[in-house]
Formats: sequence, C-alpha cells, structure tokens
Amino acid sequence: MEEVLLFDNFATKEILLGLTDDILREPLDFNNVSIIGIKEGGVPIAGFIRDEIKKKFGILCETGFIDMTLYRDDPFNVKKSVGSTELSFDVNGKIVILVDDVIMSGRTVRAAIDQIFDFGRPQSIKLAVFIDKGGRELPICPDFTGKKVRAAKKEIIYVNIEGKEKSVKKVIKK
Amino acid sequence: MSLKKDLISIKDLTKSDIYSFIETAKEFKKISLKDIKKVPTLRGKTVINLFYEPSTRTRSSFEIAQKRLSADSLNIAISQSSVTKGETLKDTILNLESMKPDAFVIRHHESGAPYFISKITKASVINAGDGINEHPTQTLLDIMTVMEEKKDISSLKVAIIGDISHSRVARSDIFGLSMLGADIYIYGPYSLLPVTGFKDIPNVRIAKGFKEAVKNADVIIMLRIQKERAGYHFIPSIEEYRNFFKLTPELLSLASKGVMVLHPGPVNRDVEISGSIINRDKTFIFKQVENGIAVRMACLYMLLGVQKSLEPDI
Repeated sequence: MEEVLLFDNFATKEILLGLTDDILREPLDFNNVSIIGIKEGGVPIAGFIRDEIKKKFGILCETGFIDMTLYRDDPFNVKKSVGSTELSFDVNGKIVILVDDVIMSGRTVRAAIDQIFDFGRPQSIKLAVFIDKGGRELPICPDFTGKKVRAAKKEIIYVNIEGKEKSVKKVIKK
Repeated sequence: MSLKKDLISIKDLTKSDIYSFIETAKEFKKISLKDIKKVPTLRGKTVINLFYEPSTRTRSSFEIAQKRLSADSLNIAISQSSVTKGETLKDTILNLESMKPDAFVIRHHESGAPYFISKITKASVINAGDGINEHPTQTLLDIMTVMEEKKDISSLKVAIIGDISHSRVARSDIFGLSMLGADIYIYGPYSLLPVTGFKDIPNVRIAKGFKEAVKNADVIIMLRIQKERAGYHFIPSIEEYRNFFKLTPELLSLASKGVMVLHPGPVNRDVEISGSIINRDKTFIFKQVENGIAVRMACLYMLLGVQKSLEPDI
C-alpha cells in the first residue's frame, strides 16, 4: 500500500473555500436551500457549506445526512452496516445541495437521489463534490467541483477536512 | 461476525451478532415512519412464507417486512396446499426450491423443522417458531423493545411467567437475555416448568412464588398457556390458573418503578394477565409488534447479505 499526499493543509483549505465560493456565487434563493451530506464523507463538507452560507447571508439552511446503503445497485457487495439517515425536514419544493467528498462512478449519487425522492419531491438538486476523480459510469455531472484529480479506479482518495490538519491523500492498493 | 445464512436458534448467535441485528433494526424502524414505507434493497429477491401453524402477528410482520424491502413474497397456506394430500415436508421444500427462492420463513409445529429445511436448501431459512423449540425473531424484537427503554440489559431482572415448558418464546428469550447478562426468574405451574430447568445457564433460576419472581423486576414477560400443545392438560382448570398465575395490578406494583410488561401475543385476557393492565396502557405489547417488523427486516437483509458473501467470486 502506497500513500501519496495530494494536498496539504493549506491547499485543502483553499479547495474548500473555492468550492463554497462557487456555491455562494450561484444565484440561488438561499432561503429555500437545504443541504444534504452523503455519509460519511459528505457530512463535514455539508456542515462547512452551511456555516459559510450563514456567514455570508445570515441564513441557516436546514441540513441533513443520508446513508444510501439500502439504495445501492449492489446492496450486498460492500461489507458495510446500515448507517443512519437523518432528514428531519421536508424536502418538498426545496433546492437541495447534495454534498459528497469524492465522486467517481456516480453510483452513490444515483442512489442518494433515489433516496431523497422517497422523502419528497425537491424543486431541484444540485451536486457539490470536493474531489472529482473521474471514471464516471453513469451520466451524472457535479454542479460544483472542488478539484479534479486524476486517479485510477483502485486508487482511493481520502479526504480529511475535520481535523486541524486537513489533507487529501491518495492511497494505491497493491 | 459469525452469522450463517440461516437464523434457526438464538444460541447460534454471539452477543455482538445480537447487537448488530438490533442496530440494523433501529435504522429499518425509520423506514416504517416515512411517507413512502419502502426501500429497494431486496428488489428481485423471492421469499417464501411457509406457515404450518396459525399466526397473525409473526406472519403479517414478516410479510410487511418483505414488502418494505421490495422483496417478492409468496405465502403458502398449508391447509390449501398439497401437504393435505400427503406430501412430505422434504418433498414440499425440494419442489419449492426448484422455484429458486432466496429465503424461506418457516413456522412449524415440529421442533427442529427449520433446521432440517436449512440443510436441504441453498436459500436462507428463518425460524418463525418451531414447536416447543425456539422463536428467535421474537427474542430479537423483545431485546430491541427492552433496549429502547433500558440502557443496560446486564443489570436487569427479568421475570418470565407462564407455560415455560411449551413456550418457544420463553426458551429463546432465556437464551438471548441470559447471554446479554440479565438475571432471569422463571415461574409458572410446577407441571409447566422445564423438568431439568436451565441448570447450565447460571443466571437463570426458578422462582418459588409469583411475588419472588416479580419483586423489583425490570421486565416481566407473560406467556399464554399453549392450548395447541396440550398446555391445559397440565393444569387442573383455567379458573385455577387465573387465580394463581395471572398478573394483577397488585402483583405488578411489587415490580420496579419503570417495569416493562411484555407479551408475545396472542393474549388471553384475564387468564394470564388482567385486562386492566393492557387497557391502562401499561404494557409494551404494541411496541413489540412495531419493532417486530424492523427486526424482521434486519434479519432478511443481513441473512441475504451473508448468503451473497458465500457465493464464489466470479
């Protein structure tokens, strides 16, 4: 196993600010925006975006989290227990910003969108991802991207933005 | 995790298996509270419900669990099936096996029938109650219900009262709750207590009287006389049972303050439990039923997951 540091603390913060800047510059009705983080990676990023919107517009957007395990197209292929979905607000008519840390095939996002529709019918869903590592298998394209990174399917990207020392690492399994 | 493709006995599970069933069930419980009570997880899976004994709760609970997970379920009413023409259990299963089901849910009047079936099918087998042996999903839902109210099962005193020797719920509950460390007191008519007791399980004892069993109890599990298993032949009369073995408000007042009264159902009102205790909403019977669906969803999901992992990689 080989580990490569892609972005250090400073660079990671820059990407994060760039991503939220893109969202803040979008002409959205932020009073009607809800943020949904895809577990686990999307959770801290969703929180960061919420805080930045609060800082700039003084609006506290409703924020929820979803675990899409039960909506996977291969429900049993990944050894993972069912996590908790916390959507305590009504998504009907909302502009949802769906947040994840890394996008590759697009299958997770497909599952997450299906799950959101079981809670209601949002006005629209915008997708924000921190890292786009390419390799899409479905016609899904993020509206906001932090950074594009070239990586093979078996190279895993780890995003750490929770701690003081933020980082993005690439792990190559051999 | 030590899970197999089947759930036949609580004894096959470890402590951590039990907790992971409960943790998964907690998430599945939320699905039943949504507007759209369905997830696509078991789409394309076929589950056959084979009930050789009457059942309201368990059967509808399993069927709803399957539907909420998007599995296709097939219910076979034994009275309308070829079993009445003399087909053996083995032949029935082998024929159904040819229809490529992914799981069987079995209730049978013979102890051991689900185990027997699990050996002749590739599908997952879930024991929904076999004779006087076990009823593991009932125990999981009982544990889930208790854990929602009480944090630590190992510090609890649990009284199990009634027809212990014919009750598969009692047996599974005793195995499950004692594994989690609860102190269990069993009580009932002498003729309906297990002859050998549960000597190999240290935290299970037979109470000398009703009062000793329920005094300071945190959980009281009431059982019905198993009419279909000749339970009434072991007692002089129902009147006598009512007089000596019915849970009354007076007896209940001896228990600990936050006592939970459970009953696997069906209840024979004013035989094993005063109707007034149920009327005054003092029991957790309906919570048990609600949790039953979540627990059965968790079982189907986890066992079919194990089955998948046993398949050879292509």
